[in-house]
Amino acid sequence: MQETIKYWRGVEELNNTPEFQKNAHNEFPEFLPVSEANGGDTSSQVAPRRDFLKLLGFGVAAATLASCEAPVRKAIPYLNKPEEVEPGVPNWYASTYFMGDIYNPILVKTREGRPIKVEGNTLSPITGGGTHSRSQASLLTLYDNNRLKGPVAKGKATTWQAIDQEIRTRLTGVQGRVVLVSNTIISPSTKAVIRDFGAQFPAFEHVTYDANSASALLRANGGLVPGYDFSKARVIVSIGADFLGSWISPVEYSRQYITNRKVTADKPTMSRHYQFETFMSMTGANADVRVPVKPSEYGAVVAALYNRIAGGTGGAAIQAPSTRVTKQIDAAAKELLASRGAALVVSDSNDPAVQTLVTAINGALGANGTTINTAAPSYVRQGDDSRMLRLINDMNAGAVGAVIFYGANPVYDHPLSAQVVNGLKKVGVKISFADRVDETAALVDYVCPDNHFLESWNDYEPKRGFLSLAQPTITNIFNTRQAQDSLLKWTGSTSDFYTVIQRTWSGIVGGAAGWDKVAHDGVATGTTGANEPTAPVAPMTLAAAAVSINKGGRAAGGNNLELEIYEKVAIGAGQHTNNPWLQEMSDPTTKATWDNYAAISTATAKRLEIEQNDVIRVTANGKSIELPALIQPGQAVDTIAIAIGYGRTHAGQAGNNVGANVYPLVSVTGDSLQFANTVSITKVGADKPIAQTQTHHTVMGRIVVQENTLANYQKDPKSVTEYIKIATPDGPQKPQKISLWQDYEYKNHHWGMVIDLNSCIGCGTCTISCQVENNVPVVGKQEVLNRREMHWLRIDRYYSSDSTREDGGFEKMENPSENPSVIFQPMLCQHCNHAPCETVCPVAATMHSTEGINQMVYNRCVGTRYCANNCPYKVRRFNWFNYANNEKFDYQMNNDLGKMVLNPDVTVRSRGVMEKCSFCVQRIQYGKLEAKKESRRPVDGEIVTACAQACPTNAIIFGDMLDPNSQVSQILNREKGERAFHVLEELNTQPNVTYLTKIRNQA
Amino acid sequence: MISCKKRAKYTFLLPFLFIFFVFSSAFAQAPEEAGAVGKAGVTPAPAAAGAGAGGGADAGVIDNGMTLFKNNCVQCHSVGEDVVVGPGLRDVHKRRSEAWLLKWIKNSSALIQSGDKDAVAVFNKFAKQQMPSFAFSDEEIGSIIAYIKSESAAPATAAAPSAGPETKPGEKVGENAVGNVGGTVDLLLIVLVVVLIVLVITLLIIASVLKNYLKGKGDLTGAEQEMLERRTNFANIYKSKAVRIIVGLIFVVVLVDISIDKVMGIGIHQGYAPRQPIAFSHKLHAGDHQINCNYCHTSVYKSSSANIPSANICMNCHSQIKKESPEIQKIYRAIENNKPIEWVRVHNLPDLAYFNHSQHTKVGGVECQTCHGPIETMEVVAQYSPLTMGWCIDCHRNTPLNTEGNAYYDNLVKLHEKQSKGAFIVASNGGTECSKCHY
Repeated sequence: MQETIKYWRGVEELNNTPEFQKNAHNEFPEFLPVSEANGGDTSSQVAPRRDFLKLLGFGVAAATLASCEAPVRKAIPYLNKPEEVEPGVPNWYASTYFMGDIYNPILVKTREGRPIKVEGNTLSPITGGGTHSRSQASLLTLYDNNRLKGPVAKGKATTWQAIDQEIRTRLTGVQGRVVLVSNTIISPSTKAVIRDFGAQFPAFEHVTYDANSASALLRANGGLVPGYDFSKARVIVSIGADFLGSWISPVEYSRQYITNRKVTADKPTMSRHYQFETFMSMTGANADVRVPVKPSEYGAVVAALYNRIAGGTGGAAIQAPSTRVTKQIDAAAKELLASRGAALVVSDSNDPAVQTLVTAINGALGANGTTINTAAPSYVRQGDDSRMLRLINDMNAGAVGAVIFYGANPVYDHPLSAQVVNGLKKVGVKISFADRVDETAALVDYVCPDNHFLESWNDYEPKRGFLSLAQPTITNIFNTRQAQDSLLKWTGSTSDFYTVIQRTWSGIVGGAAGWDKVAHDGVATGTTGANEPTAPVAPMTLAAAAVSINKGGRAAGGNNLELEIYEKVAIGAGQHTNNPWLQEMSDPTTKATWDNYAAISTATAKRLEIEQNDVIRVTANGKSIELPALIQPGQAVDTIAIAIGYGRTHAGQAGNNVGANVYPLVSVTGDSLQFANTVSITKVGADKPIAQTQTHHTVMGRIVVQENTLANYQKDPKSVTEYIKIATPDGPQKPQKISLWQDYEYKNHHWGMVIDLNSCIGCGTCTISCQVENNVPVVGKQEVLNRREMHWLRIDRYYSSDSTREDGGFEKMENPSENPSVIFQPMLCQHCNHAPCETVCPVAATMHSTEGINQMVYNRCVGTRYCANNCPYKVRRFNWFNYANNEKFDYQMNNDLGKMVLNPDVTVRSRGVMEKCSFCVQRIQYGKLEAKKESRRPVDGEIVTACAQACPTNAIIFGDMLDPNSQVSQILNREKGERAFHVLEELNTQPNVTYLTKIRNQA
Repeated sequence: MISCKKRAKYTFLLPFLFIFFVFSSAFAQAPEEAGAVGKAGVTPAPAAAGAGAGGGADAGVIDNGMTLFKNNCVQCHSVGEDVVVGPGLRDVHKRRSEAWLLKWIKNSSALIQSGDKDAVAVFNKFAKQQMPSFAFSDEEIGSIIAYIKSESAAPATAAAPSAGPETKPGEKVGENAVGNVGGTVDLLLIVLVVVLIVLVITLLIIASVLKNYLKGKGDLTGAEQEMLERRTNFANIYKSKAVRIIVGLIFVVVLVDISIDKVMGIGIHQGYAPRQPIAFSHKLHAGDHQINCNYCHTSVYKSSSANIPSANICMNCHSQIKKESPEIQKIYRAIENNKPIEWVRVHNLPDLAYFNHSQHTKVGGVECQTCHGPIETMEVVAQYSPLTMGWCIDCHRNTPLNTEGNAYYDNLVKLHEKQSKGAFIVASNGGTECSKCHY
């Protein structure tokens, strides 16, 4: 008999445990893990999914192992190598940046035929080697994917041949006036081309306007910007003009301004700088005396100042409205009078009355010929508001047959945008040279995309007697054509623009050798006369100005809420909105990125119960915009300040719909535009965070940054800096006395940096220069809000708070006073000789070099972030994501075109590694190698970091501290025990970056 | 008994040992080869041995001439007797007048067309191959002739390409890094194996002699009988725990060693010799024709990259030479189609490492062959060095800095000599620091 075979599934079944009995009746046993995520549905799909993942994992692992063979990489040489290009060796070309705003002669570094860096042209007598953040970042516009790839006719891509033919036919049969609308053009050759182009039409007009207009200034000075020379001024009074950051020619003015701000024990004198302004501008932050006034008070301030000066110089007084700030005006006037011939008054007001008085004041002070170089007035602003307003009227009246926009975008940046749009409908032929389909180009028939300036020949005459040249540094990336060449084509000329330029210059530079020298130097002296004003508007009389000011003062005074519209240092009037570098550059004073906002004074915010980030609706001219509020210490009470350049809709991927467009709120009175208005505001009830990179406003009483007064400095230069001593058994000692670590011995080089806080104006050019040089990624607004911006170099802005800890603890100290003084401190890796980061890295990914550099090795870093934690300066940045090739960060590193801007000598870091300032070690290595190749030691100044090279005021000096003749060594020798200090010296980190105490010339 | 057992075990292990030694010596073979090549590193350009022997012309002129000659002439002419493409130029100044040479070098075809007898003869003699025109100045041509004079005046052996008997700073690198050490170890191993084999054979002979002696003895004790009849019992060995453990251990060790080796080798492509779109032979150009590396790789002394030559460089010669070859036709096609030749990159450094050729060639004086191996013998270029960080660092730790005549190092050398007795190597000047290569 066969035994019954018993099968059992486990010991539990065999033993028939109670647990088994329980589970046996449960079809879906609980002890099996089921859907962790959804919880509800326990369908049979769960297990297969897990299995699938396992298989997938295994499959991927197997595939990875199997494919360890490296992919085949190609090496593609030139077919016919250009003689001057040597792969791996940079070429430099002299060029000029003037993209409708700031004038800056530059040198462009190209590698393998593509521009990768912009530096200042040291040969330029105007800007020296200085640069501006916008000229630094203009490089990225070249590689902007949103640029047009070819000509567009009526919304459809076409060929140049077809579009030329069509345009010429239509222009020949045009009815009415032909108008070319542009921003200021300072190119003599371009003007010649436009003149020739216009000559073929019975009625032609070239209308120039500037988005951030200086019409009133031009009118008061015979159609020219006076040749201000801040270097000659011992007393400077600015009424609203941000001349260091964004007004007229900031690179030039910064360079001049700083010559009288640098102090040494041998020359302990400084200029005195008064600033009357509404919004806390960068220039105001640098002023010795800053007086917050409302925009409507500018007239009263200028009138009062005029009366005091007139009183002192024997002129006739005018009737002036009363003002609250008499005391400060008295002080300013007294000093101006005391230094007649070395005094300068400037204003950015677009009120002709104000500018008339300013001109009169300067005249009375004997500025002409001293602080105003009458021989060399500036041409960089030529815009005439009245002509533009007339054109808008004419367009609406149907009097304009054809309109050509060259570099101008009035649909976006003109206050009467709606009328421009309407008027355009009545114009027969509309052409734009815009490089992208911007707001205006979207409404025209033909878009003939202009080259980027780095792809073009051009010439410039920024001031009388000064010339510079721009030359192509790369062949056209897209099928674009320089606007001048288009105009020449439509004129029927056979020569190209290059020939025209050579013709213009032939009389100035002489023959071929002269031309070669200019192409090499980039700058020349000489004048063409092309930019002299032809028919300047007659200036206002003093009496008329007085009447106007008294009328205006009455209308605007009182407790009305006033709006001031200003230009940001980085974004400008809107040309750079699509530049992610500039969008992410933190504003010098507000430290905000990626947005504009309604800056509001602390008192007003309190009165209206507005808090930071509250969205408010600002209404003027019957139009309103909504923006988050930013509470700005130092801003005049009952004022709001909003930056232009934002709220674009056709700028491109990075710039579209960032912030709001404030141009419609500009008030148009008569034939001038006023960048101020009376507004009403309401709270919307929403909240929009502003991405600020610095939210701590003060140093909370710690010695991070040091400042003192000029009076103390003159008394004893050794008393201005506080040196912390630490307690030891032998009494207070220098921190270096006690050390756990052995000192390094430097034999070859010892790189060091000196940052003069007196010279630093906070402009942020260095941060952009660093970003370009070192492939620092852009992270976007959200990541800035998450405190994950990647800048290696930041400029800390501290307000001096009036309160001390005793007054009410730390909370009070964080509240800067109503009108605080400001100090800027560039903060970067201090390359400590006793670096706290080096000792905590578990994998030795950060090490000290024999040349004093704190090295960061990306390929060793495992991302513990101990180093960042242990860094007292908080200068280490962690890659939370892959910022390259990541569609979440769709900026320049996510497309092939944008990647062309990357520096091939610097690694693009990947996710999970720490990074920080390297002292531009690639430049150090390059400089040393060049020296070795030529069998010599490196010359001082040959090896400089990107930040030091870009600085318009030479606030950052870099060099070899072992070379006794280097500038760094000499400054350190001179300032030792006087102004030189190390940040957080008491920690004995022994940084290789030394700061020099800021000296204020307080009244 | 015990000894016998031991012997049996030993015989069993022998094949293992043997295999092990063979393997290890095979592994050690590669470095040995490396050493050999490193020593034989060929300088394709003839050394300026006869510089002083020149007839009257000063050294500067001759130097200039040498540079010009190497950069422009050497791919078709030697300074000796041998024919490369055109005639060898030894004593050419004696054969032809200087005026004739000037005309010929500046525009040979014009001279031929003018019906000059010598010119036509030379043209016909060398397969009607036209010599390209050179836009040299008279002084430059003079300096070239001066160089040829000086070379011709020198004894023949000196003028012949020297196969590197002189020691240049870079040349010892290969030897120091891998060659010498590998050689000694190999020699020791071979001697050891030979000794062991001899030992084993001797023991076997002794055993058989002893056995034969016992057999012939006749009356044997029990023990002796047992010994004679005893056969090696392999089953016992197989069952022995000790043997099993040892075999197991060896197996595991070998396995681990191989896997570590393989894993460490991921991403190392030593020996990588991909097929190139054009079968360009370095052996022919750099080896047989002695063309200086710098002639094609123009930026090797100037730049971080030793560029892949552009097609126009090929055309310098191949507009005249071997035009009909199908491989050279590919270059013509590339030029016609305006499509650059897509070579396959052989030496791939990861992006995180920065390497600069000029630092090594111009400043360090390292020969191309030190890293690229006997490139002048390669039909197809293969990656010769592992290009690992260990390999870089090894060299930086062993190579003396080429400081001679370089004012950059003057003070450093003095400082070093004051403080240390060791050689002033790359590493002593921070040559092994992270940010020398990683930034």
